[in-house]
Amino acid sequence: MSKTPEKQKGDPETTGHVWDGIEEFNNPLPRWWLWTLYICIIWAIGYAIAYPAWPMLTRATPGLLGWSTRGDVAADIAAVQEANAEINARLASTELTQISADGNLNSFAVSSGAAVFKTWCAQCHGSGAAGAKGYPNLLDDDWLWGGDIEAIHTTVSHGIRNDDDDDARYSEMPAFGRDELLEGAEIDQVVNFVMSLSGDAQDASQVAAGSVIYEDNCSACHAEDGTGDREQGAPNLTDAIWLYGGDYATLSETVSNARYGVMPSWNQRLSEAQVRAVSLYVHQLGGGE
Amino acid sequence: MSNYIKLIVLGLVALFAMMAINFARDTAYLVHAIIVTGVSMGLFIRTLRRMDTPIAAGSVENEYFDSVVRAGVIATSFWGVIGFLVGVVIAFQLAFPYLNFEFLQGYGNFGRLRPLHTSAVIFAFGGNALIATSFYVVQRTCAARLWGGNLAWFVFWGYQLFIVLAATGYVLGATQSKEYAEPEWHVDLWLTIVWLAYLAVFLGTLIKRKEPHIYVANWFYLSFIVTVAMLHVFNNLSIPVSIWGSKSVQVFSGVQDAMVQWWYGHNAVGFFLTAGFLGMMYYFIPKQAERPVFSYKLSIIHFWALIFLYIWAGPHHLHYTALPDWATTLGMVFSIVLWMPSWGGMINGLMTLSGAWDKLRTDPVIRMMVISVGFYGMSTFEGPMMSIRAVNSLSHYTDWTIGHVHSGALGWNGMITFGALYYLVPVLWKRERLYSLSLVSWHFWLATIGIVLYASSMWVTGIMEGLMWREVDANGFLVNSFADTVAAKYPMYVVRGLGGLMFLSGGIIMCYNLWMTVRRAPAKEASLTVAVPAE
Repeated sequence: MSKTPEKQKGDPETTGHVWDGIEEFNNPLPRWWLWTLYICIIWAIGYAIAYPAWPMLTRATPGLLGWSTRGDVAADIAAVQEANAEINARLASTELTQISADGNLNSFAVSSGAAVFKTWCAQCHGSGAAGAKGYPNLLDDDWLWGGDIEAIHTTVSHGIRNDDDDDARYSEMPAFGRDELLEGAEIDQVVNFVMSLSGDAQDASQVAAGSVIYEDNCSACHAEDGTGDREQGAPNLTDAIWLYGGDYATLSETVSNARYGVMPSWNQRLSEAQVRAVSLYVHQLGGGE
Repeated sequence: MSNYIKLIVLGLVALFAMMAINFARDTAYLVHAIIVTGVSMGLFIRTLRRMDTPIAAGSVENEYFDSVVRAGVIATSFWGVIGFLVGVVIAFQLAFPYLNFEFLQGYGNFGRLRPLHTSAVIFAFGGNALIATSFYVVQRTCAARLWGGNLAWFVFWGYQLFIVLAATGYVLGATQSKEYAEPEWHVDLWLTIVWLAYLAVFLGTLIKRKEPHIYVANWFYLSFIVTVAMLHVFNNLSIPVSIWGSKSVQVFSGVQDAMVQWWYGHNAVGFFLTAGFLGMMYYFIPKQAERPVFSYKLSIIHFWALIFLYIWAGPHHLHYTALPDWATTLGMVFSIVLWMPSWGGMINGLMTLSGAWDKLRTDPVIRMMVISVGFYGMSTFEGPMMSIRAVNSLSHYTDWTIGHVHSGALGWNGMITFGALYYLVPVLWKRERLYSLSLVSWHFWLATIGIVLYASSMWVTGIMEGLMWREVDANGFLVNSFADTVAAKYPMYVVRGLGGLMFLSGGIIMCYNLWMTVRRAPAKEASLTVAVPAE
């Protein structure tokens, strides 16, 4: 394969070496290439003088511009905080129920709340707040613990069934199957009854027996008529809106093993203005009372 | 005598591996121990059966050692297709998350397959291409047979064993979670042994060369082999929790660990994917174009500048992290200065074709090499640009990076390797020509359009998500949630997957074409396999 390369008219000199038929022209470095390299080097030296660069014994040179990434971001954050300081203070101190009446304050709170929601809440409740299995939909008017602004604010501040906040909302449904409070057949009956409250039971013949079981075991929290109790976060069972699912299998699972949905408390992680903002944001999504 | 030593070593390895099977603390280690036991016992029996066979008469010292290169060509094509295939699978897993099926959890979900893809293309495909072509090129340009006898076969098979151990480890969850350096300590140790053998073969051949000078391609290959050895050892310094388990603990921690990791990671790109492949470019482009290299001076200057500068550029992967500003500044300025030295290779590749531009019309293999140098030039401009802090604050953590990597990997590394394979197969199997040039054209266009789809969709989605992440309203509040940006990327992810599918199809066509070249293309009568200095 060591074919001698084709020589053409006007070809420059080669270096005279040949490897397996490969030769090399003795062309000079392209001028534009060399000058661009020089310019890059000069720029690099200038940049390294202007910005933190040279490691010394105890610390690096800070650079003539005094610039740093941390300083940069701190300045950005400070600027936004300063710009919003007054209105944030107003948001934190105004009576909760009065905020929505104040147009400026309300629109600030809602856009602030949207950012908080998308950063901290969207992971469970979805970026559009439509929820997911086990995580309530915040767009509808079906509320577990209350949908007025004060109830929402309490829920966001303290969370639900968490161990961090003594004021967290708390309730616990018994695990009727796992703890052997009900027989398998009885669970079957009461599930059919609960299904009948908002639609069709899987087995209509069980409903009557189920209503007795319900009366004895469930009505204390979910109310006689199945409309639930917000004081205890007991869901309304009659509205065909389900947190975990309203089919026979899911309901059997719920009655047998119970559910224990947890929400963190946010008053330690977010400022009062942010908690209020996100509460107002959720309140105005459509279902606020 | 050497057979007895071999038997003792293989027997000891088999014994140790069997103990490892017994004491193994995790599945990956167990599977590796089983593989090693099988391999060492197989080799033990093979050696034993050949004890009586006399060593073949006659010296082969003046013939090129091409059988190992042929094996390398096959391995490159095979792992290439596997690597592209896994890439296409994970591209669609990202676009359609339900493809992470329940039954795949813990084995074939995205998280397990992603390192399988990157290692398969970089180390299995790229690594085999580098080993095979360097073995070919160093022999031709030194007019000497590979040094070390069957050591070259040890390098080849040892490297395949490394690939299998790494791949099975990933799927079974053995990883040290360092990008491009995922294999655990026992696999790293094996690779170190293989790599030192590789260095010995290459260096030994250079030392016994019959040409007075060392050709430029060999400088690049040697710098790649030496530097990768150093990077691999330092980045994988770790202490095993037990010699019977795959888990290990890194010696460096925190930001030092990050710095060492990206010193390694960036130079895996710089020396594995750039210097090594430039070695390939410097041999196969002048051969295929049948023209002298454009400038010897440029090759010297850009070689030394490239290897001096590249090694410092790693910190640009850690802009806006815990790494101090001074270190990222230096990473950034070295990256910018690196721009021209990188382009020296592009100029030398493209300008070598001046006087042979007409071949672009008639020879699809040359076209492949040219476009590969074009993508090389584009990515080596894009890289320094992305290392600038202000650009990086937008591009970092976005798909732009993925697009950048793939325009380099598919465009530059992939295409130059395809070109080299198309050159090598007829030579190595003594065929007059390739089976079908029109299939090469099909491969060329499928791959090129595939890369364009891939890179442009990743630019669009990368810049889009970067802008969405930083979008704030009039009061300074973020507008988009992370999930919003993920949802917005969906169409680009589908386009990316399709681009990958085209690239994969091209690779399969290439394998068919190479296979048929070996099987069907007319044989070449007299071809030069004897080592003679060119001049």
